Amino acid sequence: MGLDIRWPIGLMFSLIGVLLIGYGAVNSSDSMRVGVNINIVWGVLLLVFGVLMLVGAVRGGKKPPTA
Amino acid sequence: MQPIHLAWVDYTILIAYVAFVLGIGWVLARYMKTSSDFLISGHNIPTWVTGLAFMAANLGALELVGMAASGAKYGIAQIHFYWIGAIPAMVFLAIFMMPFYYGSKARSVPEFLKMRFNEPVRALNALLFAVMTVFASGISMDALARLLTNLLPWKLDTNILGMNFGSYDIYLWICSGVVLLYVLKGGLTSAIYTEVLQFFMIVLGFAPVVYLGLQDAGGWHTMNHALQGVATNPAAFYLQPAGVHYAPDAWSSAWTPVLAGPAANPLGVDWFAVVFGLGFVLSFGYWCTNFLVVQRAMAARNMTAARNTPLIATVPKMLFPLLVILPGMIAIALASMPNKNYRIPPPIVSQANYDKAVDLVKNANPADDAAVKAVGVALGVTVDPAKVTKLIAGNAATKLSDDQIHEGLYNSIAENDYNSVILSLLKKYCPPGLMGLALTALLASFMSGMAGNVTAFNTIWTYDLYQAYFAPNKSDAHYFWMGKFITVVGILISICCAYVAKQYNNAMDIIQLVFGFVNAPVFATFLLGMFWKRTTGVAAFIGLFSGIAASTVFHALTTTTGNVDAAGHVINHMKGGYLGVVSKFPSEMAQNFWLAIFAFAACFLVTVFLSLATRRTKTDEQLKGLVYSLTPKTVDHNQPWYQRPPIVGTVLIIACIILNIIFW
Repeated sequence: MGLDIRWPIGLMFSLIGVLLIGYGAVNSSDSMRVGVNINIVWGVLLLVFGVLMLVGAVRGGKKPPTA
Repeated sequence: MQPIHLAWVDYTILIAYVAFVLGIGWVLARYMKTSSDFLISGHNIPTWVTGLAFMAANLGALELVGMAASGAKYGIAQIHFYWIGAIPAMVFLAIFMMPFYYGSKARSVPEFLKMRFNEPVRALNALLFAVMTVFASGISMDALARLLTNLLPWKLDTNILGMNFGSYDIYLWICSGVVLLYVLKGGLTSAIYTEVLQFFMIVLGFAPVVYLGLQDAGGWHTMNHALQGVATNPAAFYLQPAGVHYAPDAWSSAWTPVLAGPAANPLGVDWFAVVFGLGFVLSFGYWCTNFLVVQRAMAARNMTAARNTPLIATVPKMLFPLLVILPGMIAIALASMPNKNYRIPPPIVSQANYDKAVDLVKNANPADDAAVKAVGVALGVTVDPAKVTKLIAGNAATKLSDDQIHEGLYNSIAENDYNSVILSLLKKYCPPGLMGLALTALLASFMSGMAGNVTAFNTIWTYDLYQAYFAPNKSDAHYFWMGKFITVVGILISICCAYVAKQYNNAMDIIQLVFGFVNAPVFATFLLGMFWKRTTGVAAFIGLFSGIAASTVFHALTTTTGNVDAAGHVINHMKGGYLGVVSKFPSEMAQNFWLAIFAFAACFLVTVFLSLATRRTKTDEQLKGLVYSLTPKTVDHNQPWYQRPPIVGTVLIIACIILNIIFW
């Protein structure tokens, strides 16, 4: 199919990753669970995953959706 | 379950997800040109995508909620639904059955049955399946609307065209509307893409909860140690009636308790029922013949990709117990640790009932058994008398606040609402942000449950019922239009089913029970059809009916030990035994497994007998590509080893055996 699924996956998880990092940084006391700021830790992981998906999509050579 | 307070970041994540799935639908709409693009994705989806969708199509939210519930209730033995229940069947589908499904050019499972047998077999399968899919999607949407009504703080009440719409109705219609929009735009491809998105949402949304929970419980070994305490005295956590005790490893070993017999494990099953009932009949029947999952593999690009689809799905399937069963085990371990201040949530009790009970506690005299009973009646649930007595005594000694009494009452309820386990963990471990991610993952799996069923339904209707019996020989544009039209109808029927589920809980249980009867024998028909050329259409049709009849009769004549009162009368007819009790099983699960074995055997024997008694109507030439012995073997020597299904399948089975041994 014309749309490479890695674009939406990559974009969405990058966005959620940035949101979590931002929220975790501003509300750090609220984000602590079992001794870690889980929003920041998990946000970074999501961002890395999202970026890897985007890299895959770019390498795959499909154009980003324009609709 | 109390409403969860969501922050702006949670709503943003939720809205972003909905925007992305709708966006995917919009982009895909440009590629939808024929009925086959819309209904079967035109055989044009990458293998890793069909593989993940194959697994995710089965991963409904009810499964997520239910597996965590069972993890708490039964412990690690629940993994049998994965490591013996799913993996061997998925590998078998890939190696032996996909060549026929994909090679026959059938567009659906019922169409394959028409090619192999005849029209009546197809019609029977298509009709039963169509009814099943709309009910399944209705059940899924009902559960979602209930969940949102309980979780979200808004109390909505509007009047549209003279009809009253409460929170439940609004959530139901909005979520169904979202599903309708993206399925209508992008068809099966939309559903498959969304399933992949949902797959990653669930993995990435639940993993931190499991990680934090396990950390909190003190790690794997500490958790297992706590589970030993649970197993030796399950009544202390309201898991089993008083007086039931198991060996210490009943919650933490997969096979030892099962091998020790039905009385030694909380599932109440023996190894034969697990291996043959679950591992063979039920799981092969589901994974190898259910069009909802097989449709994903049929959408692959070529034969190799179609065969590799279930194999790719096997890898995450093997590891998923970590995400879905382990949380339940963590929950029950935490509940057994006094310093963690956690319990498996009790059933929801209304505020009014709590208020009544609080008043009773305040006015009661210490050591008054009648007052203790009255508290239980006021709450409307079973209570632990010792805990209520202690609470009353505590209040008499030093006046407690209403909130303290409320908490004391909450902790004294001697029932567990296992389906709330997963939400209670999310609430405990997810700060705002992560909560949005996890809740969206849950929401996503409910919605993709509906989308998956509706996309299977519209294909079956359009190709196997409409084109076959109502309007053959029309233009493709006509069927394309019909596919879209029936998608809308399918969603509307699903919404009706959701309302049925909401009104009559019992009716829904009956429907699921009936589906169990229908599903149990079906694998026998496929097995004989694909591997014995002598099997005839008439025999298959009557055999299938006999199997369904056999399971119905079996259920009518058996029940569970706990479902018979002292006088020998059956308590709940939903659990069987309404025509008399010939045999009793230790648990409903054992009854189900044996029912499946029985139905399979009946279908198998009747089909074999009648095949020998009737004349073949199809020649060897006509059965080429449909029966194993008449089909040239797929040649895959030119593929690298990691793309050859028999080699990969063997490796996966070995990996699965190793996992079983590790957790023996």
